[in-house]
Formats: sequence, C-alpha cells, structure tokens
Amino acid sequence: MALLTESSKKDLFILKNLISKDFKLKYRRSALGILWSVLNPLLMMMVIAAVFSFIFRFEIENFAVYLIVGLTLFNLMANSTSAAVMSIIGASGLIKKIRVNKLIFPLNTVLFELLNYGLSFIAVVAVMIFFQIMPSLNMLFFPLLLLYVLIFCVGLSLLLSALTVFFRDIIHLWGVVIIAWTYVTPLFYPVDVLAPWMQTVMQFNPMYQFITYLREILMWGITPTLMDNLICLGMALVTLLIGFVVFRKTERKFILHV
Amino acid sequence: MSKDIVKKDSGSSADDIIILDDVSMVFNIANEQLASLKEYFIKLVRRELYFKEFVALQNISLKVKRGDVIGIVGINGSGKSTLLKIIAGVLEPSKGTCITKGIIAPLIELGAGFDFELTARENIYLNGSLLGYNKEFIDKHFDEIVEFSEIGEFLNLPMKNYSSGMVARIAFSIATVIVPDVLIVDETLAVGDMFFQEKCEARIRKLIEDDDTTVLFVSHDVNQVERICQEALWIDHGVERMYGPAQEVCEAYRSSHGA
Repeated sequence: MALLTESSKKDLFILKNLISKDFKLKYRRSALGILWSVLNPLLMMMVIAAVFSFIFRFEIENFAVYLIVGLTLFNLMANSTSAAVMSIIGASGLIKKIRVNKLIFPLNTVLFELLNYGLSFIAVVAVMIFFQIMPSLNMLFFPLLLLYVLIFCVGLSLLLSALTVFFRDIIHLWGVVIIAWTYVTPLFYPVDVLAPWMQTVMQFNPMYQFITYLREILMWGITPTLMDNLICLGMALVTLLIGFVVFRKTERKFILHV
Repeated sequence: MSKDIVKKDSGSSADDIIILDDVSMVFNIANEQLASLKEYFIKLVRRELYFKEFVALQNISLKVKRGDVIGIVGINGSGKSTLLKIIAGVLEPSKGTCITKGIIAPLIELGAGFDFELTARENIYLNGSLLGYNKEFIDKHFDEIVEFSEIGEFLNLPMKNYSSGMVARIAFSIATVIVPDVLIVDETLAVGDMFFQEKCEARIRKLIEDDDTTVLFVSHDVNQVERICQEALWIDHGVERMYGPAQEVCEAYRSSHGA
C-alpha cells in the first residue's frame, strides 16, 4: 500500500463506500437477496438454451455451459457500460457540491458489476459441475482474463460517461449498440457457422476475443498462447487509453453541463 | 483534501491561506438547448452555434490570512456562491488562479452524497469519505458526530424516516467534526431548531477562537456579518465593489440599498 498516495487512498475509501451503498440498495428488501445474482444467469441460460435447442440447432458440445460462460462475461461488459453511461450525470449532485475525483463514478459502476459477476460465476461453476466439466490447470489464466476485461470495461466506461455529459443521445443509443453487439458476438452460435470474411472481421470484436479465451480455459482445456494474451491485453489497453484521455480532457467541463 | 494545489508563491507571505489572483468566471449559456449530436453538427456546419457569455465573476483578487474571518456580502446572483465554489475547488475559474492551503471544510452544501435509503450510520461513513476523511478518522470521531447531532436512537434507521432538521444536524456534525484550516459558511446554516442553531454558532466561534480557523462567511444578514467578521468583501454583479473593515463595507452596502 506504500505506493498509494494520500489522495488515492481517500478515493479508494470513497469507492469502497459507494460500492457498498450500491450493493446494499440492490439487495435490501428482496426476499432472495444476493441469490438473485446467481439465479438470474441460470434462468437466462435456461431460456436461451430452450429456445436454441428447439428452434435453431447448432452442433455445440455442452451448449448450456457454452452459453452461460459467454453470457455472464458479456453481461459484465454490457451491465457495467450501460450503468457507466449515466454515472457522471447521475452523480451531478455530488459533482456540483464537492470537490471529488470524477474518475470514481465510472470506476464505481464497473467494480460493482465485477462484484456481481463474481456472484454470477457461482452459477457458471454450478453448471460446469452439473455437466461434469473438469477444470484443468488452464483455470489459472482466469484472473489474467478478468484483468483484461476489467481494463476494457473501465476504458469503455470512462469514454461513455464523459461523452454522455455532452451528448445525451448516447443514453438512448447505447442500449441499441449493446443489443447489436450481443448478436455479432458468438454467444448463442459457434463462430464457424459464419462466412470466412465474417470470421476475419470477428477478430476485431474484443468481446469475441475475451469470451473465446474464457471458453478455451474453462471448457476446452486449451492453453492460451502468448499471441492470444497480447491481443486481449492490447485491445483492453487501447480502449483504456482512449477512454482515459477523453475523460481527462473533458472532465473540467463536466460541471458546466451536468 | 490533499490534492490542494501548493504552488510557489509569487510575492505573497506564507501566512496567506487563500490567494485569489485575478479570478474570472464565465459561463457559456447556449442560446438554445442542443441536446443531440445531430443538431450540434448541423449547427456547427452552418456556423450557427452562438453562445451567450455570462460573466459571473470578474477580476476578483483576494488574499486571506490564517485566522481571518471574512464576510462576503452582495445581492442575490452577485456571484457569492460562485466565488465560494471556486475557493472550495468545485468550480475551476475560467481565468486567474485560486490557491488554497490546508484542509477546507465547505459548509456550502451540506450532506453531499446522502442516500436516504441508507441509515445514518452508513451515511456518516459515505458522506465522511466524500469530505475526504479516512476510515480511522471517522471511527475515532463517530461517537462525537452522533452526540453532537443528537440523533441518538435513530442512528440505525433509514434516513428517509428523518425530519429535514435531523438530516441537517447530521450533515453539520459530520462537516464540522474536523478542525479545518478554512471554514466556508454559506447561508445554509439556518438549519435545525433554535437550540441547534445556537450550538452551530458556538461550534464555529470555538473554531475561530481556539483553533485559529480562517472563516469565509456569506450572509444576507449584514448585521450578522458585522458582528462576526473583521473584514468584508462586497461583490456586485461579479465585480468587487469594496473590500475593507467589515463595518465600513456593511455600512456602504446598507446605504446603497437604502436600508
């Protein structure tokens, strides 16, 4: 902790309090409480698995596992960025009142969703146990992947939260983008049903890279190559860089627009 | 608030705790609300993006020494709150610099970040962290905050069940539990019942007398400014009209408004 300056320690304490507030507010007064974060992905998976086993059939081994692994990770990105869109505008009361590091607010949404992802991962583990998929040593790559996804989500959230202050259109637009993104990412289908040129384009979809990485280490027992890691890390870092620069360049004007 | 800018002083004594140097604040008011990208680009291309400039503060310079108690007077909309927000570090001036040293306790907007679904206990930590306190500090002073605010048995109830007076008491208690270098007091102090107001004023007096705290005091009540402050600044439409001993300034302010 010696690396942390006094002010970043304070920011961390604020962050901790905000996340614990979100957590309490989300689960207070719901009978099943935290259990919902586990149940939700399970129910979701069942619905989609049912639809795709009867209507569109793909030859995917352990389809339920394939689904839930991809869905939960995708939802981590979708939920955190969707919440981040409103994070600065939603904190306008605070930004106008006190001097506070504005980076905290998009960071708060991402970390809160990461926490929820942790809970939904219990569902992933349960499904894997049910289908008797034995994890291999490749599991050890999981924290690394989480780090890539986290960096990516933070970058995207910084970018979105800053831009939304100036262009409220993004509030409406981002939901549509997420839906489109859901379909262009192989969540329900295998990537090889696509035409070759589409598969080439797919390589530029960061979520495809992350989800494939996760399926490789959890389901298929494939050790990610150095190249896989570099691609994931590269995409994450570029996004973070863009988000951070845009955020820092615009944050001084937030107060005039929120 | 350790991010306070400590720049190299230019010809000011080390005693100065707030240095405002030629500060101006200009707001761009769009002639019409442009809330969408499409509109923005259309207007940009047609060069129809006009902004009306509103000058909230113009070339204000002020040096405040440690332990000074300064009143700021002026009619509504004269820029008092803008000035306080710049000193508190919430707003950044469009021109000029504002340098402050030490811990600032802004009592401008009390209860920042209060969430009314949470209990008072939880809000004390949340609000405290936003004011820049760390966990150890809040732990240590927790009882003091609760005691001063007199909320007693309601501590673990959601704040939505509180009266507004009780909320204000907690907010004030959290904000003043620290011994700040600079205390910024806005008119928000009209909180709670009479007894609590007296308690608030006593607390502020103690800070001034015992702890050598610098106080910036904004009020419409000129008599109060005269009573509490040594010096006063009169702002009129963003421009400094007069600065000097509190009595002279208040006298001039009163006579100009025919009161």
